[in-house]
Formats: sequence, structure tokens, C-alpha cells
Amino acid sequence: MSYTLTVNGRSSTVDVPAEMPLLWVLRDVLNLKGTKFGCGMAQCGACTVHLNGEPIRSCMTPVASVGARKVTTIEGLSADASHPVQQAWIANDVPQCGYCQAGQIMSAAALLAKKPNPTDADIDTAMAGNLCRCGTYLRIRKAIHDAAAAKTEVVRAAK
Amino acid sequence: MQTQMNRRSFLNVSALAGGGMLLGLYLRPTLGAQGGPPAAVPLSPNAFVRITPEGLVYITAKNPEVGQGIRTSLPMVIADELDVDWSSVHYEQADVNQVKYGPQSAGGSTGTPTNWTPMRQVGAAARQMLVAAAAATWSVPEAECTTASGQVRHAASGRTLGYGVLATRAAALAPPDLATVKLKEKKDYKIIGTKVRGVDVAKIVSGQPIFAIDFTVPGMLSAVFHKCPVFGGKVASANIDEIKALPGVRHVFVVEGGTNLTTLVGGVAIVADTWYQAKTAREKLKVTWNEGATASQSSAGFATQAAQLAPQTPAQWVRQDGDVDAALKGAAKVVEGAYSYPFVSHAQLEPENCVAKFENGKLEIWAPSQTPGNALQGLMSTLGLQLGDITMHQVRGGGGFGRRLTNDYVVETAWIAKVLNGTPVKLLWTREDDMAHDFYRPGGFHTFKGGLDASGKLVAWRNHFVTYGAANASGAMTTANSASYGGDEFPAGFVPNYALGQSIMTLGVPTGAMRAPRSNGLAFVIQSFIDELAHAGGKDPLQFRLDLLNMPMIAPPAPPAGGRGGFGGPQFNASRMKGVLELAREKSAWGKTTLTRGRGMGVACHFSHSGYFAAVADLSVNASKQIQVNKVWVAGDIGSQVINPLNAENQVEGSVIEAMSHLMNWEITIDAGRAVQTNYHQYQPTRINQAPTAVEAHFIESSNPPTGLGEPALPPVLGAIMNALYVATGTRIRTVPLAKSGYSWA
Repeated sequence: MSYTLTVNGRSSTVDVPAEMPLLWVLRDVLNLKGTKFGCGMAQCGACTVHLNGEPIRSCMTPVASVGARKVTTIEGLSADASHPVQQAWIANDVPQCGYCQAGQIMSAAALLAKKPNPTDADIDTAMAGNLCRCGTYLRIRKAIHDAAAAKTEVVRAAK
Repeated sequence: MQTQMNRRSFLNVSALAGGGMLLGLYLRPTLGAQGGPPAAVPLSPNAFVRITPEGLVYITAKNPEVGQGIRTSLPMVIADELDVDWSSVHYEQADVNQVKYGPQSAGGSTGTPTNWTPMRQVGAAARQMLVAAAAATWSVPEAECTTASGQVRHAASGRTLGYGVLATRAAALAPPDLATVKLKEKKDYKIIGTKVRGVDVAKIVSGQPIFAIDFTVPGMLSAVFHKCPVFGGKVASANIDEIKALPGVRHVFVVEGGTNLTTLVGGVAIVADTWYQAKTAREKLKVTWNEGATASQSSAGFATQAAQLAPQTPAQWVRQDGDVDAALKGAAKVVEGAYSYPFVSHAQLEPENCVAKFENGKLEIWAPSQTPGNALQGLMSTLGLQLGDITMHQVRGGGGFGRRLTNDYVVETAWIAKVLNGTPVKLLWTREDDMAHDFYRPGGFHTFKGGLDASGKLVAWRNHFVTYGAANASGAMTTANSASYGGDEFPAGFVPNYALGQSIMTLGVPTGAMRAPRSNGLAFVIQSFIDELAHAGGKDPLQFRLDLLNMPMIAPPAPPAGGRGGFGGPQFNASRMKGVLELAREKSAWGKTTLTRGRGMGVACHFSHSGYFAAVADLSVNASKQIQVNKVWVAGDIGSQVINPLNAENQVEGSVIEAMSHLMNWEITIDAGRAVQTNYHQYQPTRINQAPTAVEAHFIESSNPPTGLGEPALPPVLGAIMNALYVATGTRIRTVPLAKSGYSWA
């Protein structure tokens, strides 16, 4: 089947089975390797991408279900790691092995888009679907708070 | 493992094409390096520092990186002695060549102690040669020259020269003897001991394809490998032709496999244009298995067997000091406790994968292995190759925790590549493959009896450890990988009447090292039972441990020839353990916190992988048995220098989170010779909403040589949380995971 997807602002037509998960279309057809495979059953969140800004687990999202919704992957969050969440992740040296972090960052970016100043409880709720086997959660919490503060500063500067 | 740097080291330099300098550390192994031919290895250059005429500094990262931070910390050590700014350093990941680079592995927290001195010497030697080149240029004494930020300076004349300008000239000089190279004093470090971010952090957060699973080569096919759910089972028959006809499938074949579970066992390989096609085809695969002897084994059966063995006399004595029976008879108080813990799986987030190409009898392979030397050996023995036939590249692994110490998936990939002969292939396991075919942390059963005198002092300790293993070639039962319990485990040596016996149950399930192997079970049971004894004697649990450590130490038996301690490990140092307990007491305000109902603080300490660690946990429990870990303090002594405190704190935080996973949910149940749990939904690691509010990591910088931190911070956290739970509830839980006793995280 042929599907036209909008990924990171670019339109691509892929010829793949309808039930093929978006994860594998991204990784192996469109060669966007940043989105990771961890479990294949929406338990770990390593495959998190945005559909129209909503965080979803691409490992259980059939490509046929995407439709016209805009897909954003970690590669599309910014061109140069300049997104406030990415910057906060670097500043806090969040990763250990790093494998889950693209998914973590996508979930965090979606949270901040909705709640610019989340509480710890907000963060825990929004991020509970993203496993970090290395256990970098304390840094993830701090980085999200830092990113929120940075965003606020940017907005203030603009005013 | 060959980790001692008791070898002759030589330096050599060579001029780079186009100018510049390449400084090598020549190693003459006293034994054949892992994967290499034994003895008489010809010298080969081992390049760690490369300086271009433009002044770019490239430093080789020699070891596998799986999240422990060695790719950052060893280059930091070289760069500091070289006297360059960290911001000017680029790293280059070394390929696998243990003759060229020395030992390359990520296991046993050995990366730091093995490399601390040689990496400093390499950096210092390069600096010394650059100074000599500058001094010769200026015709001034070397002693009048200083270095900083990649420049040599002659203060008297105010002249400076950059390393890039000097590199070509330095390369022409005779290299200094490594042993005589002057190393910096600690006070002069500019990079070591500072908070340095991981060298790959920007790539990670921007999703660059740096992990093994991301690696591709042109023309590559993708594979799945379907193995028998019963460990060691073989293929009897399979619907191969039917699978061959499915979309995208290029090759389907049976792999006969052998009996060594760490290399290649039987299964069916499906190779397709894409991995999704191979995985989809696998869903139609029908295999009849010859399951083999392990099919009769189960966790329930082992538990029954252990319960029968526990009251009997142990089959083997590991250590006996004094007269335990008499001491228990004369004790004012006797405490008993039966503990157990299950098999657990590593569950690193990146499933096993590897890329290989086999062509004209030569294998090129990209592997995220923690033990590339062992991988080479497995490839040679299984595929009938010589060392010179194999080129192995190291790729960043998405978590290790010991799973990647075993190279089964590497050998499988190479085997499939050999069958494909000429076409490169990537093998990727599913999460279900990973959980079904791990080398599990073995479970264990402990039956303790302890005796206190009238003053509450520990006078007798007995443990019958029921563990797993198999008969060796001469028929003697020996423990399985990571299923042993050393006779020098604290409090051995500090109790006048001590007996540790063991009985071994025959196991067909593969076991292996998992972060803090042995200690990740032992620290829970030993530190819990010590806590039981402290409470029974009415003593403060932290002070009880200090009192034990103040007992005169009973020497273990003489070490075997060439051995290190009485039981093969390093000698336990009571004063270092007291130091970390005191530090944990101070930082946690131990004994000074008012604990309301349902709240508890617990302490534990443990020595492993040359590191001394104490932990204090503060937690709350509600009426629904929901536990909130409020805060954990960890105090450690890993020697004179924490190389990268930023990563050290991260490793400690991760150790706390991992310990919580062990305690609450992790259990692999064996039934009919196979693992029952299939994916994270049945094997939940700790999640962010369950994480403590805070973890504090504190270090004593003692006068001992620096040692590793990947593992030793974890074990005491197990005991600290369980002991805090007892204080909070008044109920002692002696079996993990806690979910089996109705607990959950709040």
C-alpha cells in the first residue's frame, strides 16, 4: 500500500503494508534512526514521536492509521539540538546509555507545549510511560524544570 | 580476567602523514590478550593521542561504552596529563585489538582501576615530548618550560608554541620510558575531578544514529533468529519452505547449534529485506523442538527442592570459624531467618543486535559487546576462524548491566552472515527474545541462624546457602555463573563463630553476571539479617555494624598461589567500611530524624568490586502497602579520585533506581524449562513516578588507588530499603520481589 506521510515537515510517500508500525517505517524506510525500538508493545516509550503534537508510541501505531496527521520525530524537534528540552538535557548531562532519551525528550517536549510550568506531579504523570533502565529520572525531572524556566525566559525576552 | 598492568610498557611515536604526532603506548602482554594468540605477541603500536598540525587533539577511547561513561572518563585522564583544554579534545572509538590497546572490556567495574595509571602515563609522556620539542626549538632547558591549554610556554622569554606546531617535531624525538614519566599531583588536575558531560550527549539528544541498532551497511539484509523457548533445545523440524515464500524473505534456514549456550544454540534464522518482514514471517513459523533435559526444570520445583535441602547439613562448607553449634547453644538470644530471591533478567533497553559481513573467509563485525575479547574467542571457536580473519568494531550499546558480557547474539549474527556469504546482515532480537534468552541473575535461598550474647554482641552466624550449579568434569558440584557466595563476605571474619555452607541444585537455565553480580542478591539477605540481629539485641542498626567492624578480624585461609585474598577477592578493609558508614550517618542525620507512623529509615553497607558503600533509605508506607521512597543517601569510598563527579552522581542515582526494580517487581519465573515473563508489562523496571524525590551521593577520597563505580553503589541500597521497610511496618520481608507480599510503589 502507498501512504503519504508528513514527517518533520517533509512529505514522503512509502509503499509498505498497512499494519506496519510507524516505528519501522521511520527507522527502516525513511532512515530516521533516532526513534528507538525497546519493547514493541508500548511499554517502554523509547519509540515516542508526536502526531500533531501528541506523544504516541510509534511501535504500536500502524502506518495506515497516521493519515494526514503531522509526524514529528527527535530529528525534527530542532535542526541543531537547540530545542529548550534538548538544551536542558545537555546542560544536566541526563543520559547514561542514552537509548531511551529520544523518547523521553519527545514526551517532555509535548508536556511543556501543554503545561509550560509543570509540577513534579505533572512530570511524573506525563513521563511515566517512558522507561529509563539506567535510572536517570531525577535528572529528567530537573531538566524539564530547567527547560520550562528557559522557555519562560525566552518568552519574557520577546516581550 | 587479565586486567593487571604487570606488563612491560613501551612508548613509541610516529610522524603522521602530512605532519603531526601520534603517540603510542606499546604493550607487551605477559599473557595472550583475550582473543589473541598466547604469548610471544609481536609488539604493535597502540595509539591513544593524535595531534594534528592544526592543533586538533584526538584521544582514543579504548573500552566498550554501554552507559557507564568510560568513553568520557578515560580520555579525560589522558587529556589532563597532556595539559590540553577539554573543549579542544575529540574522541575516537578504538576498534577491538587487545594486543594494540590492552584489555578492552566493560565488566567488574575494572575500567578505571585497570587504566588509571597507564592512561595518565600516556598523556604525561606526550606532554613531556612536546615540552622537549619546544625546548629544542628555543634552545632553552626543558625545566624552564611549562604547559597549559595545549601550549608550551617559556616564562623567562615570554614565548609560547602550540602543540599543533610542535607535534611534528615532537614525533621525531625518542619517547620517554613510561615508568619514569612524571605524573601530575592531584592538586594540579584541571579536568580529572571536574564535572564533565558525556562525550556523546549532544548526539544522543538530537537522535543521531550512534547506537548499534542504528548501524547499517549498504546492501544489508535483516534477520531474526528463533530459538527454542526451552534453554538448549534444538530444531526437530520446521515449515521452512512456507516461510521462504513470504513477502521480502530471502533466506530461511535451520541452525543446528551446539551445547554451549554462550555461543550458538539451535534455531531457525529468517533473513529478509527488512526487519519488519523477517519478524512478520516469523509469526507464521512452526517449529517442532527437541526440548532437551531442561524442560523438566521450574522455579516451583527448585523452591521445593531448596526447602528440602535447607534443614539438612550443607553439601559443602565454604568457611568455618570457631564452633557455631556451641556458640548458638550458649547464646542469650538466637535469631533465625530464611531468605530468598528469584532469577532476574538484565532488560537493558536496547535489544540484542549486531551487524556482520562475511566474505572470502573474512568476517567484519560491528558489536555492542561488553567483552569483545570473549566475542572474538566465541567467533573463532564457533566459525572456525583465526584472529586475523576478524575485524571487530565497537558500537555504543543501549545499556549493558552485564547482558553484553555474553556474546551469543554476536556469534549468531556472524553465523548467519557466513551462511549468506557476501551479503551483510543485521540480526535484531525482539524484547521477547531478550527476556526468553538471557543469562539470568541466579536466584538463591539462605537459611540464617545468628546468636547474640547478653550484651547484644553477635557471637554466632550460620548460613546454609542453597544455590544453583552443575557437576564439573570430575563430578564435583560447582556453582553456576554468578551463583557463588565467598567465604570473605562480611560479616565473615568479624564473628568468632561463623559457618557458611552451601548445597547446589543442578540447573539448566543459563546464568550470568548482572550489575554487581552475587552482591545484588547477597547484600539484600546479609544486610537484612544483620539488621534483624541488631533489632533483636536492641542496638542501633548503624552502630551495630560499626561495632562488628571494630571486632578483631579473623584472617581468612591463606590465598592460593597467585591469589589475592583468602577467597580470591581483594582483602576487606574494615576502616574503609567504617568510614562510609560514618559518612552516611552524618549526611542522613541518622538517628536524629523523628519518624512518624508508617515512615522508616534503614541502613546497609556492602563491599564489592573494590568499592566500599553504605546507604541510608528513608521511606513511607501507607495502609495499602504502597511504598514511597523519599530519599536515599549513598556514601562511597572508591579511592583517591572520582574522575568525573557528574557521571558518578548519575551512576549512583541509577543504582538506587535499579535496586528498587530488584526489590519491587523483578522476577523471572522458570516453568517447564522456559522463562514465563515475556516483556516489560510482566517485568516492570522502576518508573519516574516511583523514583525518590532525592538521592545524595557522597564520596570519601581515601589514599587508595581509584576503582570503579559501575556496580558497587547498588548492593547496599537493597538492604537499606528493606531495612527501612521493616522500621516503617514492623514486618520483616525476607523474599523479593515485594510485589509477591502485596506491596507496590505509591
